[in-house]
Parts: sequence; C-alpha cells; structure tokens
Amino acid sequence: MNILSRLAGIALLVAAPAFAQSPAVDDATFQGLGGKPGIKKIVDVLIPLVLADPRIKDSFKDIDMKNLSMRLEEQFCALSGGPCVYGGKDMVEIHDGLNITNAQFNALAEDLQLAMDQVGVPSRVQNKLVAKLAPMQRGIVTK
Amino acid sequence: MHDTLLRRTAGALMLAAAVTSGAAVAQSSPDMGKLTATGGVSQLEGAGGGGLTPWALLTGYGTRDSWGANVHYTGVRTQDYTLDVAGVAAGIADRVEVSLARQHFKGSRAPLDALSIKQDILGLKVRLVGDAVYDQDLFLPQISVGAMHKRNKGIGGLGALGVTNVTQLGARDDKGTDYYLAATKLYLDASLLVNATLRATKANQMGLLGFGGDKQDGYRTMVEVSAAYMIDRQLVAGVEYRQKPHNLGVDREKAYYDVFVAWFPSKHVSVTAAYAVLGDITIFNPARQRGAYLSVQTGF
Repeated sequence: MNILSRLAGIALLVAAPAFAQSPAVDDATFQGLGGKPGIKKIVDVLIPLVLADPRIKDSFKDIDMKNLSMRLEEQFCALSGGPCVYGGKDMVEIHDGLNITNAQFNALAEDLQLAMDQVGVPSRVQNKLVAKLAPMQRGIVTK
Repeated sequence: MHDTLLRRTAGALMLAAAVTSGAAVAQSSPDMGKLTATGGVSQLEGAGGGGLTPWALLTGYGTRDSWGANVHYTGVRTQDYTLDVAGVAAGIADRVEVSLARQHFKGSRAPLDALSIKQDILGLKVRLVGDAVYDQDLFLPQISVGAMHKRNKGIGGLGALGVTNVTQLGARDDKGTDYYLAATKLYLDASLLVNATLRATKANQMGLLGFGGDKQDGYRTMVEVSAAYMIDRQLVAGVEYRQKPHNLGVDREKAYYDVFVAWFPSKHVSVTAAYAVLGDITIFNPARQRGAYLSVQTGF
C-alpha cells in the first residue's frame, strides 16, 4: 500500500468514529461482558479490589457495598446496551462534596480493568465499557 | 466543574515552583494517577508522544493535581548511521511538559565512520484544551502547543574536509526553534489513538544538519501523523509518518516513518521497538536508511 493510501486509510479512521457518537443501540458490548451473569462476576471481583485499594478504599468506609454492587451492575448493564435501566441517583448527586480527584477516579477505572482482566473480558470490549464511563469524570471529579 | 485554562495553568506554574524550590507541599509529590500508557512514550527529540513525533499527551503519570518525570534512552541503527538520544522530561499538572534531550548522530560506514554530530533540544509543551481520556463523548481532541529549541553542537569527523559546522554544508544557522500544534484523539470504543501534529520548522534532519539552507530558508509547515491500536492496557502498536523540509542542496531530505510496538509493563517503565525508515541522508550517500529503533523510558 503506498503512502497516499495509508494516509487516506488513516483519515477514514479519524472520520469514522465521529459518526459513532450515538448511545449504544446494540447490545454487542453487553454480550461481550458476558451479559448479566458476566457483569455480576465483574462487580463481585471489583468490590474486594476497591476495598483493598489504598488509593480509594477510605472513600468506601461508610458505603452500603451491597447497594453499590447492585447499582454498578445496573449501570454497566444499561451502558453496555443491556436490558436494564439504571435506577440510582445521578453521578453528580452521589459524589457531591466528596472532593474526588482524577487520580481516585482513575484508580477505580484501573480496578475495573483488573476485574475485567480476571474475568476474562477481551481488551477491546473492556475499552468499550470504559469509553462509556470515562465522560462521567466531569460529574464525579470535583477536586 | 469546568476546567479553566487560566486557573489550571497558574496552578501548574505554582506546582512547578514548589517542586523546583524543593517545597514539601503535600500535593507536590508524584501521584502516578494517570492511566497506564496515557503519557505516551519519548519521541526522537525528547518530547512526549510517539516514537517520531510529539503528541498532545503530556509525558509522565502525574494528574492535574501533581507531576511526573522520566528519563529515556533511544537507539536507532540503520545501515550507515546510528542515532542515540538520551533525555529527561517532566509533566506538571497534566498541563505543562518540559524536556531536555541530547542527540548523537554518528556514521557507521566508511568514509563517514568518524562522523559525529551532537544536538541539544529543549522542549516545552502546553495543553490548551481537551482531555484525550475523558472526552470520549466529544469530538474535541486534546490539543497542545509546543516548541523545541535546538542547538547543533558542530560536526566532528570531517576534519579532513575542513568541515566543523553545519553552516559549511549549506545550513543558514546552527540553532533554531520548531513550533508545533498537536491534536490527539483516543477512541476507546475502537481501541484506537490518532494524532496529527503540524510543525513549523527550519530544521534539516531534525537540526542535525542545521537550520535553513541554500535551497530554502523560511519556516515550512510539516505534517506528522500517528495511528495506534491498543492491543491491551499495556501494549500498543502503531504507525507514524513525519514530513520533512527540503532546505539543503546537499540533502534530498525524505519523510521519516515507522511501525512501532510500545510495551508498558508498569507505570515505571516502557519499552518501544520500531522499524524506522529515515530516507536517504545527504547526496553523498543515496542509500535509503532503514533499521531498528529501540527506546526505554523509566520514571513515574
């Protein structure tokens, strides 16, 4: 392939995802995560990781972890195109006054990636879920 | 909460002052809070980015409340030349990046096997808008501006020809400054990163053969593009293309390109291996230079 074709290919790659900014209308990511049972496994692995993570565990001292697990499963299911509706409070309300930093937000994202690694979710599927979660930084990080 | 440029830049400068004055301010200790690989690697001139070109990402793992720094070494070996680069860089408040690198270019084949050219590069980069990681729902890329001030330290090994300075090869100056604008977009949904950099430069072979020349002496805008695929959290593969000016009669300067793999086993180390094509270097050697590129970065 000559350099012009290569550059055209790159230009298409740059343009193509710009048309894919609509919310998940198919459930490919939901299926990739293993559906509801897969998501439950991910959250079951995630919670102990978070409670053991020195960077953020103190933020969860007074949190009802059972309720958090249920809400996380709901949210991951809904965001990945699954048949769920998130019924919890919105991100801004939940995290208001907690002074969450980018480092803490990223720490939870990393723990989620580790949990998905342990459960065997392929990297490209992991990235699709993280892509939906990343913009929540704006509402969650207040420091 | 909106990220105001003025407030964050002021914060970055205060943090830089605190760090350089050795002040023991709690948040001036490195937080290693950025996600793995999101500081890029070290490019040939010492700035954060890919292997060949600077990206809008800032080097280091410090988030906007902190800072990070690293040292790197890069070796490139083609048929007839070697290029070694060593440098240090810091990212402050995920807003400002400073870098210092020393390039050492040598000939490895007679009659240029004694050729030795060194260049020092001081880099500065400032993030203007956007966040490549968080802005998954926006069209806006992360955009940074940067400058690289370069000083060529002279030519060794051509004493027999009486050549000791790049100006004797046609260059107008032995120092110069590149200015660039970089835009990086990370499409996590596609596990894809793309970067486009526009660079205003007079540098011949990045400055190794001086700045400006007998053919052309003004600033020219060069296009540099990279595309990379995230194989997993710790492994990225990509391609880069870097357009070059043509200022010297003695060098039909060509674009650089490479295909690379970057491995991030931890937030303390990255290793980048590439196959680089650097074009023919001067009319005295028509062989199209290609070969291996290996870079190691260590820091926090």
